[in-house]
Amino acid sequence: MSVPGWGLLQGLAVTGRNMVESVYKKERMTTVQYPEERAPISPNFRNFPFLVYDNDPESGLRCTACSICEKECPPQCIYIVLDRDENGKSLKRPKVFDIDLSVCMNCGICSEVCPFDSIYMDGEYELSTDDRFGGLLFGLDRLAKSAEYHMKLRPEQATEVRDRRKADEEKKAAAAAAKLAKAKADAEAKKAAAEAKPEEKGEGE
Amino acid sequence: MNLIAAATAEPSLFSPEWLPRLPQRLVELILNNLGAPEWLVSIAGFLVAASTVVGVFLGAFALLSLIERKTLARAQNRLGPNRAGWFGILQPVADGIKMLTKEDIVPAKSEWLLHLAAPILIVVPSILALGVIPYGEHWTPVPLELGLLFFFAVGSMTELSIFMAGWASGSKFPMLGAMRAISQMVSYELPLMICALGVIMVSGTLSLPRIVELQGGFQLGFIPAWNLFTPWGLVAGLLFYICSIAEANRCPFDLPEGESEIVAGHMTEYSGFKYALFFMGEYLGLFAIAGLGVTLFLGGWQAPLPGLGFVPTWIWFFGKLALVIFSYLWIRATFPRVRIDQLMRFAWLCMIPMTLLTLPAAAIWHFTGRGFVSWVVTVPLLLVPWVILTVIYNKRLAPARRTYRFAE
Repeated sequence: MSVPGWGLLQGLAVTGRNMVESVYKKERMTTVQYPEERAPISPNFRNFPFLVYDNDPESGLRCTACSICEKECPPQCIYIVLDRDENGKSLKRPKVFDIDLSVCMNCGICSEVCPFDSIYMDGEYELSTDDRFGGLLFGLDRLAKSAEYHMKLRPEQATEVRDRRKADEEKKAAAAAAKLAKAKADAEAKKAAAEAKPEEKGEGE
Repeated sequence: MNLIAAATAEPSLFSPEWLPRLPQRLVELILNNLGAPEWLVSIAGFLVAASTVVGVFLGAFALLSLIERKTLARAQNRLGPNRAGWFGILQPVADGIKMLTKEDIVPAKSEWLLHLAAPILIVVPSILALGVIPYGEHWTPVPLELGLLFFFAVGSMTELSIFMAGWASGSKFPMLGAMRAISQMVSYELPLMICALGVIMVSGTLSLPRIVELQGGFQLGFIPAWNLFTPWGLVAGLLFYICSIAEANRCPFDLPEGESEIVAGHMTEYSGFKYALFFMGEYLGLFAIAGLGVTLFLGGWQAPLPGLGFVPTWIWFFGKLALVIFSYLWIRATFPRVRIDQLMRFAWLCMIPMTLLTLPAAAIWHFTGRGFVSWVVTVPLLLVPWVILTVIYNKRLAPARRTYRFAE
């Protein structure tokens, strides 16, 4: 401190050490050589939405085309057409599900409102294209991604969703079984009652 | 024709010492054998010699633009450009193509002629200044008797062209940048020249090749007799170094450009190849001023140790030049830009008194026999005022220690 210029020399020493050590110390390098290597994506990183399917991209799609996301989307970049059979009855799946990524603002509201755990925010960021109209209009073919992809992308969230869905399914199955059992019991009781009734009648008469 | 005499008197055409002069000598030989008149041989020889220097330094400029980015990157723990070619070796080519294909914009309110002339006039003096520097024992492109005077006379033209650029652009940031540039370069040119005055006094000549020759030999058998290794030379050399940074508009004195403050200053309204010319002029000026520093204080083409006479002398010159320029890069990687008032105050209150002191020190050095007595007299003469100045300025001008009320 007392010697004039000492601070300057200290500064030069710092940059000098950087210059020398960055040659042989890999851990000093702060940058990633992007196209060859990629920095790991944080699970909290999210941009454009994608659709989750369970086993098959056609039939396993969780989306039921309920259009809640379409209505909630602030920039209105989602376009959904419900698939119907020839009688006009809903098949509970989307015929068209388009997201215009050039309009989407990555707010994540669609994934928050979805009651079917179907739409989530993606981690894909290499989306540049030379066709700014068609190239950024993603249809079902490019939006549908497997549940395994979701698990890999954001394990915590995906695990939670999977467990909840499993629990729901079990509950549903249990409820169905209970209902079945109840119906069975009811039927048996009715049967028993029906069997018992004539006797009663008979007795009554 | 002394050039031809020198060319024919030399033993080998292809010796490494004469390698930089090879094109010139070849052309002269061929023209002589063809029976060309003497004036034509002389003109052609000078043209080829000039093209050699321009070619060498334009190549060095391209290389330096890459090395600078690489060095700065390493200082910040990055890799730097490594995409174009092997280790980014083609990056200067890519930059050049980019610059050439950019749109050339001339602002509507600019003085178009001056706007066009300024980038040309910034390159020309730098190249002219490069012409008088002795690169090797047998390689001084133009061995002028008043080389040093010519260098400074031509070097002052850059200020003019920078102001021309700022004025001709017809907008505010270039004007501000040019005003800054003028005040900075004029302020720092004064100590720069006074530093060189000491060398002129001791050498007794303005011829740059002669100044280098006088720095030959060794003290105590191994210390080179360069001007840097004398008390006045050390002080003048360091001050010259600081001034040269300011003259070349390099960080930490790059206020004329000031990318973050005034958007490249005088270059704001320039684009495309004109912008590239400014950079070229700046880098050529950097080479010139660093080459002059090497010539005046670091012994030019003289070898640093005895027994190294077999190495071509121009290799020593360019080695020293490379070291000096690397130190510029290192400084750029380290220090932040100073404020304009700090810059001016430093020039007028610190640099000029100290440079003026080197003059009597050089005189005493010369007249007391350049020996032990000279050391005893000149060292206190320089050291005591320096300590006094430092103490005074540390008390008066150093910024008050900040007290942070909320940060701690």
